[in-house]
Amino acid sequence: MEKYRIDTTKGLEFGLYSIGDHLINPHTGSGISAEQRIQEIIEASKLAEEAGLDVFAVGESHQTHFTTQAHTVILGAIAQATKTIKIASSATVLSVSDPVRVYEDFATLDLISKGRAEIVAGRGSRIGAYSLLGYDVQDYEELFEEKLELLMRLNDEEKVTWEGQFRAPLENAMILPQPQNGHLPIWRAVGGPPASAIKAGYAGVPMMLTTLGGPAINFKVAVDAYREAAQRNGFDSTALPIATTSLFYTAETTQEALREYYPHLDTGMQALRGGGYPKQQFAQSTDYRDALMVGSPQQIIEKLLYQYELYGQQRFMAQIDFGGVPFDKIMKNIELIATEILPAIKKYTVGK
Amino acid sequence: MKVVLLSGSNVGSKTRTAMNYLHKIMNDKHSDVEITLVDLAEFEMVFSDGRNYLEYEGDTKFVLETIMAADAIIIGTPTFQASIPATLKNIFDLLPVNAFRDKVVSMLVTAGTAKHYLMVEQQLKPILAYMKAHIVPTYVFIEEKDFYRKEIVNDDVHFRMDRLAEDTVLLVNAYKSIQEMKDEEYGF
Repeated sequence: MEKYRIDTTKGLEFGLYSIGDHLINPHTGSGISAEQRIQEIIEASKLAEEAGLDVFAVGESHQTHFTTQAHTVILGAIAQATKTIKIASSATVLSVSDPVRVYEDFATLDLISKGRAEIVAGRGSRIGAYSLLGYDVQDYEELFEEKLELLMRLNDEEKVTWEGQFRAPLENAMILPQPQNGHLPIWRAVGGPPASAIKAGYAGVPMMLTTLGGPAINFKVAVDAYREAAQRNGFDSTALPIATTSLFYTAETTQEALREYYPHLDTGMQALRGGGYPKQQFAQSTDYRDALMVGSPQQIIEKLLYQYELYGQQRFMAQIDFGGVPFDKIMKNIELIATEILPAIKKYTVGK
Repeated sequence: MKVVLLSGSNVGSKTRTAMNYLHKIMNDKHSDVEITLVDLAEFEMVFSDGRNYLEYEGDTKFVLETIMAADAIIIGTPTFQASIPATLKNIFDLLPVNAFRDKVVSMLVTAGTAKHYLMVEQQLKPILAYMKAHIVPTYVFIEEKDFYRKEIVNDDVHFRMDRLAEDTVLLVNAYKSIQEMKDEEYGF
């Protein structure tokens, strides 16, 4: 785990992430400017650090309803605004970027932040980036596999000679600058089904698994498949970190959390996926066995500890700003995480 | 209330003829309903590649968004090789898995003979159930002999189409009021 800058004796890591969605606040019907949204994400990273959280991450989506397309630039501002919190992408759509450029950017971020930068590489569940940046979505699978393979080699080798389908060949190429200790933690972003988890395991790459809702037990399949694939291909799966991610909203009481959050979730899903969040499913999600992190701090604690038993993951990442949640509520969420949730989680997971 | 009449084939005339009748019934007897007739013969649809439906373009995007915005969909389908036509199956493939959640779906089937009368039970209904539709249990089956030169000449079919239209509207209202009751209980 040391290679990935994770100290398991300090318990489950807790981080925040944003995909930079830029949506109307359904409670008020009003929106904020892209400028304000970006400023608030940077502000939230400072609050997360003050609250003692472990990670802050920003992702990219290249289409309407989003603001953080240039996520590495925002991460640069966050690197400068913070001192101790780890900074990562959530995720970098590697398929539409040049791995060399991505590595240069994150190595630079690592130097600005003094060794706190991490890459989370994904394919993107939305495909806006493909046509915008000149890639054929028919190559969805192969684009990513080839680029991730190259990215891992850039991380592991000093001079790289490489040839592939989607990029000019490299001949003894040195990537500069190099990150602080010559190596960056690189994760593979994995959606629900186990196929992508198996690929991550097979390559021995840390897995960032999204568990957006529904029974937590359903994601156990991907976790097991990941470890099994890693083991089968000669990697020690106990040395490979797993992180899980979820939408997150907490308030003093369960009813308050449900009432405040439902419109954000429903209208956000409607805008991004074209289908709302069913109330029946939302009502069920307060059960500790459901992966969606909504409820009172006590309920969130129960959910997290249940998932920790289930997955044995090293990190949990919460998306607290989905669907136009206003900044005062983001602050309130960070406060409740810091004062109630984090102490309990650390207490039960430290030294495990 | 928005109702989409989806004519599921890009060839032939029986299904479209029946859908025209249904369109007229809806206009005459359910004039408060906003009706859109979508005949797949009139649109250039691409095949599904698994992306979210909002991310298609042109006709495909238009047809999918129209269906997703509806409260009810009345599907008209011919019978091809003991099944539904590829054009209709492609619509299901293009839509999200839960596309018909909180929507009522009813059906009208045309065929050369009664040989595949149960095709809907065995093939269409399982797809609709998987996609979470509130299915109107009875459907209207219309065969070749019920048509004469692009007119439906069997009175029984007219009556059954009347009832299909009525049941569709009724079920939308019923589910809507049940949902409102339940939403009140949830309190969020």
